[in-house]
Amino acid sequence: MKIFLPLIAVLALVGIALAGVELANLQVFFGIVIPYAALAVFLGGLVYRVLKWARSPVPFRITLSCGQQKTHPWIKSSTLDNPHSTAGVIGRMALEILFFRSLFRNTRLELRKGPKLSYEWEKWLWLAALAFHYAFLMILLRHLRFFTVPVPFFVNALDQLDGFFQISVPALYLSDIILVAAATYLFLRRIVIPQIKYISLPADYFPLFLILGLATSGILMRYLLRVDVEAIKELTIGLAAFRPVVPAGIGSLFYVHLFLVSVLFAYFPFSKLMHLGGIFLSPTRNLANNNRMRRHINPWNYPVKVHTYDEYEEEFRDKMQAAGLPLEREASGDLKPAGLPLEKE
Amino acid sequence: MSDIPESIPKPEQLGVIDQQLPRSDWMDTPVVFKHGSYCYSAKSKFMSYLDLPNPRDWSPMDKDWKLPNDWQRIIHEGLRERLSKYRSLKVFMDICVRCGACADKCHFFIGSGDPKNMPVLRAELLRSVYRKDFTTAGKILGKIAGARELTVDVLKEWYYYFYQCTECRRCSVFCPYGIDTAEITMLARELLNLVGLNIGWTIEPCANCFRTGNHLGIQPHGFADSIEFAVDELEEITGIRVDAPINKKGAEILFITPSADYFASPHYYTLLGYLALFHEIGLDYTWSTFASEGGNFGLFTSHEMIKRLNAKMYAEAKRLGVKWILGGECGHMWRVVHQYMDTMNGPADFLQEPVSPITGTRFENARSTKMVHITEFTSDLIRNNKLKLDPSRNNHWRATFHDSCNPARALGLFEEPRYVIRNVCNNFFEMPDNTIREQTFCCGSGAGLGNDENMEMRLRGGLPRANAVRHVHEKHGVNILLCMCAIDKATLPPLMEYWVPGVEVGGIHELVANALVLTGEKERTTDVRGEPLMKEEDTKDV
Ligand code: SF4
Ligand code: SF4
Repeated sequence: MKIFLPLIAVLALVGIALAGVELANLQVFFGIVIPYAALAVFLGGLVYRVLKWARSPVPFRITLSCGQQKTHPWIKSSTLDNPHSTAGVIGRMALEILFFRSLFRNTRLELRKGPKLSYEWEKWLWLAALAFHYAFLMILLRHLRFFTVPVPFFVNALDQLDGFFQISVPALYLSDIILVAAATYLFLRRIVIPQIKYISLPADYFPLFLILGLATSGILMRYLLRVDVEAIKELTIGLAAFRPVVPAGIGSLFYVHLFLVSVLFAYFPFSKLMHLGGIFLSPTRNLANNNRMRRHINPWNYPVKVHTYDEYEEEFRDKMQAAGLPLEREASGDLKPAGLPLEKE
Repeated sequence: MSDIPESIPKPEQLGVIDQQLPRSDWMDTPVVFKHGSYCYSAKSKFMSYLDLPNPRDWSPMDKDWKLPNDWQRIIHEGLRERLSKYRSLKVFMDICVRCGACADKCHFFIGSGDPKNMPVLRAELLRSVYRKDFTTAGKILGKIAGARELTVDVLKEWYYYFYQCTECRRCSVFCPYGIDTAEITMLARELLNLVGLNIGWTIEPCANCFRTGNHLGIQPHGFADSIEFAVDELEEITGIRVDAPINKKGAEILFITPSADYFASPHYYTLLGYLALFHEIGLDYTWSTFASEGGNFGLFTSHEMIKRLNAKMYAEAKRLGVKWILGGECGHMWRVVHQYMDTMNGPADFLQEPVSPITGTRFENARSTKMVHITEFTSDLIRNNKLKLDPSRNNHWRATFHDSCNPARALGLFEEPRYVIRNVCNNFFEMPDNTIREQTFCCGSGAGLGNDENMEMRLRGGLPRANAVRHVHEKHGVNILLCMCAIDKATLPPLMEYWVPGVEVGGIHELVANALVLTGEKERTTDVRGEPLMKEEDTKDV
């Protein structure tokens, strides 16, 4: 259920696009309306979500310290894992965002009879996640070539780099292979490891299938069922320039590809994919651990009922006196002890 | 005498960890309260004393939990309020990708194999309800979007599993987004509190603390007796009679430590260490009966309770007119002091930036809170050669160090304790890398779970810690596990007794007490536990 539902959903999306173009001739709808709508939802949703998070304050500084704090000058503190300054925080976040540092720490538990436990350094998840994200980024940037005239030099450079291995004509992109391989690994991991399968929701499979569908349609278009690139570029440039036109003769496969991209964009802000935005806002990582150095304000701090010293002395005065402890007041004032005295059992 | 009840299975049995997953989906697998793995409920009189909602006497094993009629509305409103007050909660509810990196990092999952003890699933217990009530997809798609209705069964599940998390934060070290399941647990416990689902082991200490100043409920005269007794004992061991002022106005420094230090064992030996140290350096300090507790069981209850209990520290420092505060060996007390105190109850502008009166060192890292950790203080003394130490008096100990979760993952206090230990003890061995420092394993009993009814879960949760200790015990003959947390000192001894017999538990300042050469002391023949010191000849063999 959890796996099939998202699979069916993605297949249905493919079907909708195919049917829409092949049977109903909705080229304008799928080529122009949907992409614009998806982009609007993506941008609007992104802003909405980030603002929604940001509206809630961070009342307490709950930095997670993964290294030595800053104390004595003769003790080396860990600026990156336990930053006490903004520069350190930026470094820490950069390591997280660019290199997935925390995932790099990952270990796998080995449980042997005895019981004996050991922890193996487990780097596959880190590697796959990193490969997946960088391949995605690469492909995204490479696609700029469809939206720009002239094509910026860095896009061309990336293109060259990515197609470095001239294995086939047209050049086989490394990022395509890496993306598909990594996404497949991430998918297999979810169905092979029982615990991961147990925690997975349809919402975890859906984006994977969607991205695999995207990649497949893209690869098919490029290497197998060649489409009219010139016509596609006319459409995409038109979209980018807000002067959309739909040239004739673009194959349906392209519309499938474009539709899946649109769905991904529109889905993005309302799903776990928002971890892209969330990682910047995570209060355990994006704050300096200088809580004792500097005061941090809670905007909604409110007064609470406390037990004052006067109330305390009032209740225990005789006993304190007998024990020879110093007192504020020798005799009882008119203070009443808070609540019912509890007797120790 | 054993701390482990007869009813607990033997290590050979408990060590066989069932990692079979249920056949049914976790949402369709209702919780079964297993004997030995859940906490008893809080007594109504303690809840009433603290004005907590829905005080009544009930048991988790009862069918009817005597919830208020509109309990669903209360929780819903409570969650809404917390989402608007804590960005952490909001972000953590939304961005988990269920990658599972945290899954096998929780000691409770490792020791029990129960999938709902995987941090990600523990969080999903709350997240599924959040989705149903607060996200559009969850409202429309329901279960497909991972959303589910808040029913009594779900609430029972929350009670079982959120009181089965020691808020140790180990999982969050590995999470790519820093999702802190401890923070989720804390807020989920607040929600449970709103409808009166509290556990006894946190509420009774809170009530005691509120009333008497310490969680054991020791009244002022009892406190004075206890300190007096320790002074006598120290005199017997060292021949020196120290002065231990209580509630002394105008002292330079207020000293606050967990109350277990002056009552429980092995904490008590650490207390002897403080007394000897303060005497030797001639510190102008005072104890307080009103603020006679560092530990803050509010951390395991609600943010409001943290604040109510913590308020005493500053109030007492102000009343006594001290310059700054020194804090003893405690885990969660330090998390509260470090992360919450200044924000909740500050600014402490009536105090001064802490300066060691002995070395002149300015504790710049405590400039705002004005509170210094004892190992920061002592390591500075040692570094500046202010102490005469004879580490050979600890030669009968082969020590390893347990980084307590809170000082490790909320402060990053790693080097100071190690520096002190290395200077007072000749035989120090680290446990394996994946089990120390920020990757340290919990004692299995923090966050109010250190009670006896929960013993089986404690032993299971403590297995990873014990396993690492056993490693150094077998390899290096380690016979003492040092730590700087009162909960550790209370709960590691039974854990060791069960999994690694032959390893004692002690505090850092206990070994300081042994090694510290007091001016004018008599020749020492025993350590502070009364164990004979090793003779010169024996020492050579080691
Ligand atoms: S490591 Fe973080 S993102 Fe991954 S499952 Fe755990 S909480 Fe979720
Ligand atoms: S905070 Fe500790 S006890 Fe709680 S889920 Fe994480 S690892 Fe487990």
